Amino acid sequence: MKPFMPTLLLLATGAAFANQAPITMEDQSQLKVPGGQAAPQFAPPAESELPDNAFGKMVREGHALFVDTRRLMPEAVGNGMNCSNCHLDQGRLAHSAPLWGAYPMYPAYRKKNDKVNTFAERIQGCFQFSMNGKPPAADSPQMTALAVYSYWLSTQAPTGVEIAGRGYPEVPQPKGGYDFKRGQQVYREQCAICHGDNGEGQKVAGDYVMPPLWGKDSYNWGAGMHRINTAASLIKYNMPLGKPGSLSDQQAWDVAAWVNRHERPQDPRLVEGSIEKTRLKFHANDGVNLYGQQVDGVLIGQGTGS
Amino acid sequence: MTPLSRVVIGSLLILAWPAAHAADGQKVFTQGGANPAAMACLGCHGPDGKGMAAAGFPRLAGLPAGYLSKQLHDWRSGSRQQPVMAPLAKALSIDEIEAVSHYLAALPSDPAPDWRRQQIATNPTERLALYGDWSRQIPGCVQCHGPGGSGVGEHFPPLAGQPVAYLMAQLNGWRDGSRSNDPNQLMAGVAKAMTDAEVKAIAEYFAHPASPEVKP
Repeated sequence: MKPFMPTLLLLATGAAFANQAPITMEDQSQLKVPGGQAAPQFAPPAESELPDNAFGKMVREGHALFVDTRRLMPEAVGNGMNCSNCHLDQGRLAHSAPLWGAYPMYPAYRKKNDKVNTFAERIQGCFQFSMNGKPPAADSPQMTALAVYSYWLSTQAPTGVEIAGRGYPEVPQPKGGYDFKRGQQVYREQCAICHGDNGEGQKVAGDYVMPPLWGKDSYNWGAGMHRINTAASLIKYNMPLGKPGSLSDQQAWDVAAWVNRHERPQDPRLVEGSIEKTRLKFHANDGVNLYGQQVDGVLIGQGTGS
Repeated sequence: MTPLSRVVIGSLLILAWPAAHAADGQKVFTQGGANPAAMACLGCHGPDGKGMAAAGFPRLAGLPAGYLSKQLHDWRSGSRQQPVMAPLAKALSIDEIEAVSHYLAALPSDPAPDWRRQQIATNPTERLALYGDWSRQIPGCVQCHGPGGSGVGEHFPPLAGQPVAYLMAQLNGWRDGSRSNDPNQLMAGVAKAMTDAEVKAIAEYFAHPASPEVKP
């Protein structure tokens, strides 16, 4: 028996290395994602592969909610956002926080609410913060449909593996930090054509076509996107639409800082009505963000009052 | 002058201003500009400004004034090239361009079909129109041009109901460089990534709206 032991150990070590780094589930909202240089290999299933049965019907329902959230779930969405505004190409696109990169990572512990979250609870977070609304119940038909759609997109993806293309790849903070003035200029030249001069987005017949980036109809101060580093990552890898990677890291950080220095709906976790207490509890260790700080003599994080 | 008469004269001026513009614009549209080379728009674009599909002449009615005015200026500068429109645009005065653009923007037009981006698209043309093809960095047409190709704001013109030949000519213009007036070169990359077959199919898709909204 004895001679075999080293071999077994070696085998075990080899397997561990094959699975790459150990999975850290400290905080999903802050998980390190594979860099942009790691080429995504995973391909979600094609629409034509969708079965014509009860499951397929539920996938279609989840898809509809995902791309037209605000209009189909007005009771749950409190601003002008749809799921597909942050998760491009119907939740399919690599480096745009694709659903196939998220679904297989749950359940997971999140520091954000200090508990192990199911996937449904993670989506509830999106409704509460990114969509500034009232999350549907975990066992509601809409939540089931969204989870079924996510599950289907993850067909054949490994569980518990941070596969390439998940999340938004981290864009390192430039050495000189960021600059609002430069950010404003990038915004004017590259973003305002769609998102409006004042971040207000654009509507057709009362519905947003291009999402608002700040103000009362945008994501609130509790959303992950309020972090400058997260917004810089989305922007660098996805914006302007159809021209990803066209901005430098510096430009992405500058314009992300410009966007995220503007007021938006208050963090729903507001502690005892105090911005400072809320900053200390939820924002002080949450990436790079401006909540509760003074910018040009003005306190950021006062909310839009709605 | 008494304060009251100032107010009255001021009000008259305010009331007269848009009326004067509308009159000019209508005249340019129906009779042409002061320069005889600036021929009347309606000859090709139809008495209602809705275009002539058979000839490939686009609709102008209800298009954003800023977009129309920019196109006329771009024909003058050459960033948009077209043998008929370039000399016409050069023969119009700046004031006439402003006036006729506002007149055309105010003309009634047929509403775009109420397509939403909510059905899973299996047909490749519909998929391209609604969601694009991100393996080639092509956003869905409706992501910028609005649901059903309705048009969005001053920069993203309507596609719905434009003639097939016109839409194809624009996409091909971006591909061969004869049209290069797209803000931030947003269209050039998209058009160059499309195949000939897709250019035709997408043009037909928006020219002949037929797809009803799917209710979930």
